[in-house]
Amino acid sequence: MFLELQFVLPEIGLLALAGVVIGLDMTLRRAARRSLGWVTAAGLAILLGVAVWSALRPAGDEILGGMLRADTLAASFRVIILAAAMLSVLLAMGVEGLADRGEAYALMLVATLGMCLMAAAGDLVMLYLAIETTSIPLYLLAGYLKRDTRSTEAGLKYFLFGAAASTVMLYGFSLLFGFTGETRLAAVAQSIAVGSMPRVLWIAAAMLVLVGFGFKVSAVPLHFWTPDVYEGAPTPITAFISTASKAAGFAVLMRVMLTVFTPAVAPYWVGVVVAMSVASMTLGNVLALTQKNIKRLLAYSSIAHAGYALIGLVALSPLGVASTLFYLGAYVITNLAAFAVVIVVARIVGSDDIAQFAGLSRRAPMVALALMIGLLSLAGMPPFVGFVAKVFVFAAAVQRGYIWLAVVGVLNSIVGLYYYLIVLKVVYLYRSENEAQPLPVTAPYKWALGLTMLGILVLGILSGPWFDWAIRAAGSIY
Amino acid sequence: MDFINSHLLSLILFTPTVAAAVVMLLPGAQPKLLRWVALLASLVPLALSLVAWMRFDMFAGGFQFEELAGWYTSIGSNYHLGVDGLSLPMVLLTTLLTPLCILAAFSIQERVRVFLALFLLLETGMLGVFLSLDLLLFFVFWEVGLVPMYFLINQWGSKNRDYASLKFLIYTMGGSLGLLLAIQMLRMVVGTFDLPVLYERWPTLDQSLFGLPIGTVKTIAFWAFTIAFAIKVPVWPFHTWLPDAHTEAPTAGSMILAGVLLKLGAYGFLRLVLPLYPAQAQAFAWVLALLAVAAIVFGAFAAWGQTDFKRLVAYSSVNHMGFVVLGIAAAAWARGTASAADAVIAMNGAVLQMFNHGLSAAGMFFLVGVLYERTHTRELDDYGGLFPLAPIYGGILIFTSMGSLGLPGLGGFVSEFLVVRGSWPIFPVFTAIAMLGLLLTGAYVLKAIQKVLHGPVNARWKETALEIAPREVVAIAPLMVLMLVIGLWPAWLLNVINAAVSRLFG
Amino acid sequence: MTFPILSIIVFTPIVAGVIILLLPAERKGWIRGVALLASAVALLLSVVAYFSYDIPQGGYQMVQKIPWLPAWGISYHIGVDGLSLPLVLLTGVVMFTGVLISWGVDDRPREFFGFLFILATGVFGVFVSLDLFQLFFFYEIAVFPMYLLIAIWGWQKTREYAAMKLTLYLFIGSVVALVGALAMFFASGLHTFDMLELERAGFSGAFQRIWFPVVFFGFGVLGGLFPFHNWSPDGHVAAPTAVSMFHAGVLMKLGAFAALRVGIMLLPEGAKVHLPWIIFLALVNVVYGALIAMVQTDFKYVIGFSSVSHMGLVMLGFASLSREGYIGSGLQMFSHGVMTALFFAVVGMVYDRAHTRDIPKLGGFARKMPVVAIAFIVGGLVSMGMPGLSGFVAEFPIFLGVWSAQPIVAIIAALGIVVTAAYIMIIVRRVFFGPMPEEFEGHIGDVTPLDKLALGVLSFILIALGVFPAWMAPLVASGVNSVMRLLGGA
Repeated sequence: MFLELQFVLPEIGLLALAGVVIGLDMTLRRAARRSLGWVTAAGLAILLGVAVWSALRPAGDEILGGMLRADTLAASFRVIILAAAMLSVLLAMGVEGLADRGEAYALMLVATLGMCLMAAAGDLVMLYLAIETTSIPLYLLAGYLKRDTRSTEAGLKYFLFGAAASTVMLYGFSLLFGFTGETRLAAVAQSIAVGSMPRVLWIAAAMLVLVGFGFKVSAVPLHFWTPDVYEGAPTPITAFISTASKAAGFAVLMRVMLTVFTPAVAPYWVGVVVAMSVASMTLGNVLALTQKNIKRLLAYSSIAHAGYALIGLVALSPLGVASTLFYLGAYVITNLAAFAVVIVVARIVGSDDIAQFAGLSRRAPMVALALMIGLLSLAGMPPFVGFVAKVFVFAAAVQRGYIWLAVVGVLNSIVGLYYYLIVLKVVYLYRSENEAQPLPVTAPYKWALGLTMLGILVLGILSGPWFDWAIRAAGSIY
Repeated sequence: MDFINSHLLSLILFTPTVAAAVVMLLPGAQPKLLRWVALLASLVPLALSLVAWMRFDMFAGGFQFEELAGWYTSIGSNYHLGVDGLSLPMVLLTTLLTPLCILAAFSIQERVRVFLALFLLLETGMLGVFLSLDLLLFFVFWEVGLVPMYFLINQWGSKNRDYASLKFLIYTMGGSLGLLLAIQMLRMVVGTFDLPVLYERWPTLDQSLFGLPIGTVKTIAFWAFTIAFAIKVPVWPFHTWLPDAHTEAPTAGSMILAGVLLKLGAYGFLRLVLPLYPAQAQAFAWVLALLAVAAIVFGAFAAWGQTDFKRLVAYSSVNHMGFVVLGIAAAAWARGTASAADAVIAMNGAVLQMFNHGLSAAGMFFLVGVLYERTHTRELDDYGGLFPLAPIYGGILIFTSMGSLGLPGLGGFVSEFLVVRGSWPIFPVFTAIAMLGLLLTGAYVLKAIQKVLHGPVNARWKETALEIAPREVVAIAPLMVLMLVIGLWPAWLLNVINAAVSRLFG
Repeated sequence: MTFPILSIIVFTPIVAGVIILLLPAERKGWIRGVALLASAVALLLSVVAYFSYDIPQGGYQMVQKIPWLPAWGISYHIGVDGLSLPLVLLTGVVMFTGVLISWGVDDRPREFFGFLFILATGVFGVFVSLDLFQLFFFYEIAVFPMYLLIAIWGWQKTREYAAMKLTLYLFIGSVVALVGALAMFFASGLHTFDMLELERAGFSGAFQRIWFPVVFFGFGVLGGLFPFHNWSPDGHVAAPTAVSMFHAGVLMKLGAFAALRVGIMLLPEGAKVHLPWIIFLALVNVVYGALIAMVQTDFKYVIGFSSVSHMGLVMLGFASLSREGYIGSGLQMFSHGVMTALFFAVVGMVYDRAHTRDIPKLGGFARKMPVVAIAFIVGGLVSMGMPGLSGFVAEFPIFLGVWSAQPIVAIIAALGIVVTAAYIMIIVRRVFFGPMPEEFEGHIGDVTPLDKLALGVLSFILIALGVFPAWMAPLVASGVNSVMRLLGGA
């Protein structure tokens, strides 16, 4: 029992941390509450350390009566999620209306807890609970800025679509349970393998489940909420949703699709996912081309990135799983860097319009450089991590003979490059009237930018050990 | 001393280059110093080529003073130099004319430094052509000479220099393009650039190439070579660049252009076309002869029609070089036939004519330049009756003109006589027409003398100091002496030429 | 542990670039000092590396191999042979002279030199890469900074358009080639990206036939291969001087070099199938590029199209599949790099003073800046393949190679030389000689000593290679031996 609990130490820690934050929130004076962010971030940093340690240990099997799986894949996703949470908290520390609100940090912690459990869930019930634990705080956070109508609208929209998707997914779960009589994923899979469920039904179940997960990862055609929510939600929350939540979504997507609907038995969903991948990449990139708002642009780009990550899934191979995992790690860290710059700029200029980035390279050369590195990494340029990540997913596709899919990905990355370059053009080329005024960067953002830059470069240049790690994690499924 | 012995030709070849570099490094504001340095430096190759002349063994076959070193070994080209009886006189001519030209160029006032450096580079280029025994090296020097000449005309020429220099460049480069392609083709087929080896292998090569019969390929390559050299000589109808270039070039440029550059083309025929394409040369000799005669006759007529003194002299070059080509054509035709002896005579004449024309044409251009510097006009009608005003100049002009028109006792006579004597049995009709051309030569030369020196004195020049300066006399004196010496005693030169020609064409 | 000279060459620029980016923006003197120092070090080391290569021994030398991504069989594997070493030297030269020429850049010099040096590391990295993945890694690093360099410091009228066009073209090419590289990786079954091992992979004929065009054209885009050359003149023209130098001088070589290294050397059977028709594309490059150059009135466009024409000769040499052709291409890459760097430097100097590049409006510059005129003439003569200069030494073997492959192509390609001669002469006369327009008379001055030094270095190399090909040709020939071995001695 103790050994089993050892694995969930980070989750326990998250809960405790949330308690501490709420407690402090009630006791501290309003002015001092700003430091809650530091407390949260520091706590998350420690938990991150624990999570890394636990991921490096030999993988365990089912724990807590099959509720959770203590494997390396879960542990690795947890590392990504915790890192994303920590950075998002840092980003929240400069935003009025979030920075001094203990409950906001607490909600983020609870959502993080839900995500960690999503990644590790080994049972349908646990899975559903985890998803809801994640979703509800996120709905609240998206609508957190009550005076901002766009934020409220974002919260409501996210909630409505989320609830609907969740219902559909739940229906899929019930089909699985109803026919197999099992809730544990492994048992469900076994039951399907021996033919306890008519083919039509498990195909239907797979589709219903895909709807729920597709919503989480914002893959086309379940992406429609993304731009509005991303634009309306407070930017740190947008960053959080677009990274941690997406990573968690992929964790369950891979686990459920690859273990329950084992390709050996039920490969029919693969075509659908291929279509989703192509559609996500293409639509995301093409729509991003015309965006004037940096958050909407990043929203569409995040849809496109979901598409790239899906390539790894459809490869149906250890390499595929590893490449998706690596891709998500790369994406999370890079996207957070981009959002950090967005917040730094928006705090001063008060707008998310791309046009407002004019003259940034003169006002704040280092921030401009960071944005450039972030966007180039998203575009897939070496020596940044986005490049290796893309190479890995394309390689996974080529290995399985999906050369055309790799080519589609490649062409899409060119479109991607185009709109990232447009942003950089504004940053470096255009002048603005106030370019003489420097742009202040407060400590949390210095940390956030420093850490993400470090991550982008280290993962990009010394990708070897990290990829080995991803391969080990993929061993949890294969 | 050992070094000089074993690298004699290299020293001749590169002394001017080194001198050019030295000149470029000297201060540009001291024209006097620059001129003297250049002049003295240009005497070194002359001295060295005299040494070569002395040591040259005319009875030994093949090439002498050979030097062989790797140059562009990756594609099989070597730095291979050597001289024989054909090239040695040309080397001597070049090294002789260069100091004289530099002396003549003492009157140049602007950008003296660059002028002299280019001139010395030009000398290296010309010498390189005569000395190379490697086809690629030959081509390199062939082209290298163009650039300084282009700039000499373009920068120091007279009014119409832009047009003239570009025309010069385009004609010669256009010609060399075919040559370049043919050289490449030869290299791919035979696998070497070395001339002695090529002499042996290429003419006897017998296999189909590029899906064409070997004869066709050789004929095409023959024409590529021929046209390149014909432009340089220049053979009618490729001569139109010449009057422009000569007329616009500065005096020293015209001297070297007429004196040496034209010989490069003729030398190309001797060194490359005849040995490499004996069969084709024989087959098409009549075409060459026809063109040569056309050059002689039309050149003479054109010279006759000029009102510009310098243009007149320029056209006279077309006329005189026609004899060289006629001799070559005759030799090509008769080679290996019953009249091989005539071929040798014609060839001797052609080579000697190259040398002689080098002397007389350089002299004539020099004298035109002397006059132009004082009068700033070249119109024959502007002159008149200058003899009394400049008696020494007049004497020199008459002497040189006589050398040019082939007065017996001067060099031109010997060589033209030999050409005509050699060609007569081979191409009687062409030769007959050519001799008519000789008549016209006399006519236009006399016309020029008459217009310049005789007649009523033109009042315009009464106040002008027209007399030739001592420096200029020094510059022309060697030419006059040599014309006379060759005219009276051609054997010293002809023996060397004859030994080589007999071996090649006998 | 021997002295890792190549690694130091590769990373000197980027380290210097990062240092420069960290310096305070207003210390322009320091920034330039660091830039000059770093480029001098890189040049010096390139020279040392160049002359320490052992030609008789041949093969890859100064090799260094460190596992990088063992799971993929990727290592940091560098080394040089006779084909890449001249290009390393070229990069050193262009970098050094580029810094000299850019001394006067006053708008954000920190970012300018920083990006330029990052680009330089990418370029060096590609030339020394012996690992396919690593090659792509550096390739992209070399391509991207170009966007910013052109877009920020370029010619106002077209920079945005040109920079975007260039970046997208090159990116498309490289990612397409990347797919080919991945296919090679999996098809080889060796589980390695090491090019030396992939050379021995023995891909099937069908595989090579399918993938060779993908890889060759992918890289060929950067090499300016017709019909994918369209980005290059626009890019050249829009770029600031030093960047044009780098761009035309080095970057285009990157494409040609990678097409050779990855396309031809790893897929030789495919090369033998496809190159015989690609030779006609290269021919179009040569002739069409020259013709278009001739009708331009913008000085820089002339040079831009001349690059298209000259890079066509490189491709022509490759496509000849003959020993001579490859020797020529190897030399042409070097020679053209130096020459075109010289050209763009000259164009920049003229433009900086006249503020126009319209050829009919210029004139008489030789009197005001004689050194520039001489340098341009040297470059021009190289460009038209004048013997005694490097252009001839490079082009001659290419033609030899083409003769053995397609005689008719050699004859037609020679037209390109005539046309080149024509437009070069036109420029020399119009821009440098002739009367100078009134409005320039007063304020046009001579160039700085640094500019002269840069021009001097470049001209010297062009002449030295022309007169003594022996200091490079045998080296290139030794590199060609291995290509020929792969092509089966064809």
